[in-house]
Amino acid sequence: MDFSYSEEQQMLQDSVQKFVQRHYDFDARRKILASADGFSQEHWQLFAELGWLTVPFSTEDDGFGGLATDLMVVMEEFGKAMLVEPFLATAVLGGGLISELGSGEQKAAALPAVMDGSLQLASALAETNGRYNMASVATTAQRDGDHYLVNGAKTLVLNAPGAHRLLVSVRTSGEVLDCSGVSLLAVDRGAEGVHLQTYATVDGFQAAEVTFDNVRVPVAERLGAEGAAFPAIETVVDRASLAICAEAIGAMDSLLTKTVEYTRIRRQFGTPIAAFQALQHRMADMFIECQLARSIVMMAAMTLDSDIDPRQHQKAVSAAKSRVGRAIRKVGQEAVQLHGGIGITDELDVGHLFKRVTAIETMFGNTDFHTARFARL
Amino acid sequence: MNAAFTAEELEFQQEVRQFLEAEFPADIKNKVDRHIRLVKDDYVRWQKILYNRGWAAPNWPVEHGGTGWTPVQKYIFSSECARVGAPETVPFGLKMVAPVIFTYGSEEQKQRFLPDILASNVWWCQGYSEPNAGSDLASLKTTAVREGDHYIVNGTKTWNTFGQYADWIFCLVRTDPSAKKQEGISFLLIDMKTPGITLSPIVLIDGQPEVNEVHFQDVRVPVDNRVGEENEGWTYAKVLLTHERTNIAGVPHSRVRMGKLRELAAKTPDGNGGNMLEDPVFAQRVAELEIQIWALEYAELRTLAAVSTGKAPGPESSILKIAGTEAAQHLDELFMQLAAWQSLPYVPEQFEDSFKGRAVGTEASAVTALEYFNNRKQSIYGGSNEIQKNIICKAVLGL
Repeated sequence: MDFSYSEEQQMLQDSVQKFVQRHYDFDARRKILASADGFSQEHWQLFAELGWLTVPFSTEDDGFGGLATDLMVVMEEFGKAMLVEPFLATAVLGGGLISELGSGEQKAAALPAVMDGSLQLASALAETNGRYNMASVATTAQRDGDHYLVNGAKTLVLNAPGAHRLLVSVRTSGEVLDCSGVSLLAVDRGAEGVHLQTYATVDGFQAAEVTFDNVRVPVAERLGAEGAAFPAIETVVDRASLAICAEAIGAMDSLLTKTVEYTRIRRQFGTPIAAFQALQHRMADMFIECQLARSIVMMAAMTLDSDIDPRQHQKAVSAAKSRVGRAIRKVGQEAVQLHGGIGITDELDVGHLFKRVTAIETMFGNTDFHTARFARL
Repeated sequence: MNAAFTAEELEFQQEVRQFLEAEFPADIKNKVDRHIRLVKDDYVRWQKILYNRGWAAPNWPVEHGGTGWTPVQKYIFSSECARVGAPETVPFGLKMVAPVIFTYGSEEQKQRFLPDILASNVWWCQGYSEPNAGSDLASLKTTAVREGDHYIVNGTKTWNTFGQYADWIFCLVRTDPSAKKQEGISFLLIDMKTPGITLSPIVLIDGQPEVNEVHFQDVRVPVDNRVGEENEGWTYAKVLLTHERTNIAGVPHSRVRMGKLRELAAKTPDGNGGNMLEDPVFAQRVAELEIQIWALEYAELRTLAAVSTGKAPGPESSILKIAGTEAAQHLDELFMQLAAWQSLPYVPEQFEDSFKGRAVGTEASAVTALEYFNNRKQSIYGGSNEIQKNIICKAVLGL
C-alpha cells in the first residue's frame, strides 16, 4: 500500500502550482472572467505546452497515461485557485467521449488537436426533464439517408460558447428512459439549426442551453455503434464526477486555510476570534470533513485505475461524490459563516470558492442522487 | 391551554384576507411571485396602503398609531400577508428606530419623527455595524465630538441596507472615548443630506450591490438629534436589537415557501418518469423541515403571547433568530436540490422588472442559487447566530 505521489505526479503538481503562483491569483482570475471569452486562450495554449491536456488520455491515444490518480492531482490544484479554463469540458468530458467511442480515424482527427490546444469541445448530455439521469434522452436523431436529423434541447452545456464541436447524446431508438437506443453524435457548433442561449454559470464558467432544430448530421459523425453509447457516456461522466470531486478537495483546502488565517487576524472582544473554542471546534470539524473527503476521493481514483468490475468503478465514484457533497455543504457554509459579512461579499475569494464547490455539489448528481445510486449498485 | 382561534380571531382573519385581496397591488404581487427585486416605490406604495388602513405598525403603542392588536392578531396578520406574498414592511423605520424613539425619545422627537415613519414619508436606514465592530458591536469607533449645539461625527458604518434610498440614518456613535466600551455610546439620528456623508456600495456574492458602507467626514449633527441621554445609547441599542431578532425569524414566510417547495417538487421530474415529491428521500427531507417549521411556529406564538404591545421580547427571542434563519437556509438548500442543473446559470437580469428576453430555466430556477448564496447572510446579520448562542448561555442558562 502506498498513498504517496509518484515522481511524475509530483512533477505534475509542481507544474500546476508554479503556474498558479505566477499567473492565477484572485485578481488575475477576475480579469480572465471579465474577458470576452470568459477564459484565457493564452493560458490554454500554455496548458497544452506544459502537457496538462494530455493527462486524461491513455498512452494508446498518445496521452500522459489516462490515470484517474493523475487527473486527481491536476484537478486538486486547479480547485485551489478556481481555474476557469475549460479543462473539464474539453479534455475530460469531450476528449473522454471521443477516446471511449471514437473509431481510429475519428480519434486521430480529434485527440491530437485536443492535446495541442487547438480543438475545443463541449458535451451536450443533460436534459431538463432527465435531471441527473444521462439515459433520459428525449433529443431525437432520425435517420435520413446518410444523415441524421436531430431535434431536441440540452441544458447546461459547459463550454458550448467556445467549443468548435459539440458531442450530443441523442435517441436513435427506444423510449425516453431506455439505456439502449442512445447514440452520440459530433456536431459542429456552427451547424444550421444549432441554437445557443449562452450565459456564465454562478461559478464563472461559460455555458449554454442548446437547442437542435432539424440539424443535419452526417452518419459518419456518429461515435460508436448506433444505440450503444450509454455505457461509455456513464463511464466518462463518472470520470468527470471524480475530477470535480478532486477539484473540490483543493477548493475546500483553500477554504479551510483561509478561514483559519482570517480567524487569527480578525479581532473582536479584544482577542482574535480564533481564540474562541466554539469556533476552534468548528474549524476542527471542517478539517475532519476535508480529510474524509480527500480519503474517499483517493479511494475512488485508485479504484478507477484498478482493473476490476465497472460496477465497482461506479460505486466508488458515487461514494466519493456523495461524501464530498456532504463535506462541501459543511466546509463551504462554515467558511462563509466564520468569515462573517465579508464572507458573502464579491470582493473576497472565499465567497467565490463557496460558489464553485456548491456548483460541484450540484453537477452530475448531487449528494442524494449519488447516495441512492450507491445503494442500488 | 388552547391554540385554536376564537370566533373573533377568525373574523379578524377574514377581515385581513378581504383587505389583502382588495388592496395588495397586483403588480407587486406579480413581482414577488417572479422573484423580481422590489424597489423603493414598491415598498412605499404598499406601506402607505397599510398606513391608510391603520395597519402600518402593529408593534407600536396605540397612542402613536399602533393597531392595539393582541399577539394572536399580529400573528394572523403577518401570516396572511406572507400567504399572498405581501412584502414585510422595511424594518429600519417602523420596527427598529421607532421603538427606540417612542420608548426613549423626547416629546419633541416623538412628534417630529414618528408620524412620518408611520406614514412611510421618510425612509430610514441603519448605522450600527462597522468594519471592525461586527459581533463585538460595542467596540464601535465612529466618534461624535461635542462642539456647541452640534456633534461632529467621523467614521464608517457598514452592512447598511437601502442607504441609497434613505432620508435618515440612525447611528451608534462614541461620545466618550475614555469610558468602558458599552458606556461611551450615544444614539444619534442623522439627516442623510448633511454634508460629509458618502455611500459606497458593496457587491455581494449574488452579484448585487445590496448593502453599503456609509462614510462620515466631519458631519455636523444637532445635539437635539440625540435620543435619550448621552453615553446611554448602548441600552437603547440593545432594545432595538431584540426587536430586530424577533422580526427576522421569518416563520410565516418560511411556511409559505414550504408550500411552494411542495408544489414545485410535484412538478419537478425525478429523471425516472416520476416527480421529486414521490422521491422517498426528498419527501423525507421536506417532511423533516416542515416539522421543524411547525415547532418554530409554536415557539414564536409562545414568545408573542408573552410580549405586550411595544415591549421588547426577552432573551428567548434568540431562539427564534437562530432556528428561524436556519430553517430559511435549509429551505434554500432544498430548493437547490430541486433545481439541480437549473440552479447554475447566472442570469440576474432575468430578475429585473425590465427583463424582456427569453428566460433560462424552468420558472424561477435560475434564482435558486442566488438566493441560497445571498441568504447565508441570515445566520450572520442581526447578531450572528454565534452571538445569539452566547446570549442564551449568559442570559437564559446563567453560564
